[in-house]
Amino acid sequence: MSVGLVIVSHSEKLAAGVVELAAQMAPAVKIIAAGGTMDAAGETVLGTSLEKIMDALNAAESGEGVLVLTDLGSAVMIAESALEIIGSPATTLLADAPLVEGAVAAAVAAQSGKDLDTVRRAAEEAWQPSMSSGQDPEPEPDPDPEPDPTASAVSGLLPEKASPAETRGPDADAVTAELELINPMGLHARPAATLAGALGAMDVEIDINGVDGKSVMMLMTLGAGCGTTLCVSATGADAQQAVKLVRSEIENGFGEL
Amino acid sequence: MRTTLDTEWAIAWLQGATEAVAEHRVALSELDRAIGDGDHGENLDRGFSAVAAKLRLDAPETPGAAFKLAAMTLMSTVGGAAGPLYGTAFLRAATAVGDAMELDPVLLAGALTAARDGVVLRGKAEPGDKTMIDAWTPAVDAANSAVAAGADVTAVLAAAAAAAETGAVATDPLIARKGRASYLGERSAGHRDPGAASSALILRAAAEAA
Repeated sequence: MSVGLVIVSHSEKLAAGVVELAAQMAPAVKIIAAGGTMDAAGETVLGTSLEKIMDALNAAESGEGVLVLTDLGSAVMIAESALEIIGSPATTLLADAPLVEGAVAAAVAAQSGKDLDTVRRAAEEAWQPSMSSGQDPEPEPDPDPEPDPTASAVSGLLPEKASPAETRGPDADAVTAELELINPMGLHARPAATLAGALGAMDVEIDINGVDGKSVMMLMTLGAGCGTTLCVSATGADAQQAVKLVRSEIENGFGEL
Repeated sequence: MRTTLDTEWAIAWLQGATEAVAEHRVALSELDRAIGDGDHGENLDRGFSAVAAKLRLDAPETPGAAFKLAAMTLMSTVGGAAGPLYGTAFLRAATAVGDAMELDPVLLAGALTAARDGVVLRGKAEPGDKTMIDAWTPAVDAANSAVAAGADVTAVLAAAAAAAETGAVATDPLIARKGRASYLGERSAGHRDPGAASSALILRAAAEAA
């Protein structure tokens, strides 16, 4: 079994939508919505409900722990209250993460069998892509005074922040490959989740175009479309197997051809 | 001189708070419309009505059980930020009094202090941020001073309620630094904080039930 997720939102529809999105990438993970609250007539209205959260915590637990993700202000407070009421067990954690990106990243990590702390870290690191892309200047308005020749060789294919794997250091033991995306949609959400999920379960450090190949969010920020070359570099016990898996997935067009 | 408060008082307090919130529902939402999202009265009315309904079904046997019932119900029905804030207040008060059948002045002031500390922890607000804390903190200070001066439970609650009312009025000129009102910046000045106003109503209900 895997770590379960609870999605707390003021809106019943928003919580259900996040569950739908995350579940697509993680079919084996229990992802339970706790959205909205009930008015006196039993109609669901905007708000948060302790009762719904408590029920969801029970439903999401399968022995590996539960990660709770929330939307705005008072959803955080009610989730904190729920954890306090159940005695703040180490098996139930609250993520300080963006709801949509965090839920997707957590779901993929849970799907690949990660423990609760790792799943929480995956959710919380989902902040990073949008933060770093906001800080990265476009190449044109801010030309690099010392252009990296290796980076320019793939310009237009990669975000400015990404650098090819070979430049990452004198790592003679790394298993590397250059692979071209051939499926029309490129490395979109589902393939990114497939790669990150499978790689996450391996004993490998893997870099794909300068980002962590185990991070679904980082892979998606590459914006790698059809025809893009991915430079893969892996180290660790499962490095060969990991690169083989990436090659196989890419050459099969992630099953989309 | 009343030396202790019992379960009957705790239930009467919650019923009185329900009536006060219902009576001021529109006024609380009008305060909230000025600087928030306009639903504080409706949300609290929904929450306390649910508390009153639960009390009719299932009479708690200790003051702590009554507080816990209120906490769980408010957190499940209020919907907005007031749910976890008042819910935590009552939950911490329940923990502070434990299984006691009777609350003496020291236990009572301890429960109020624990309630305030819970609101501070949950909302992460400080005095002067134009929040519930600006009613609760003077109320707790007044309650503890009254206990130190040898007041009985009725006088402790009367001091707390009066200080909460003064504290709520004193939020009028403040600039909000927490919650949705903080988005308005200086435009939040000149309006009473709805959470401080409802806190004063609820603490007044506690005094009137004694």
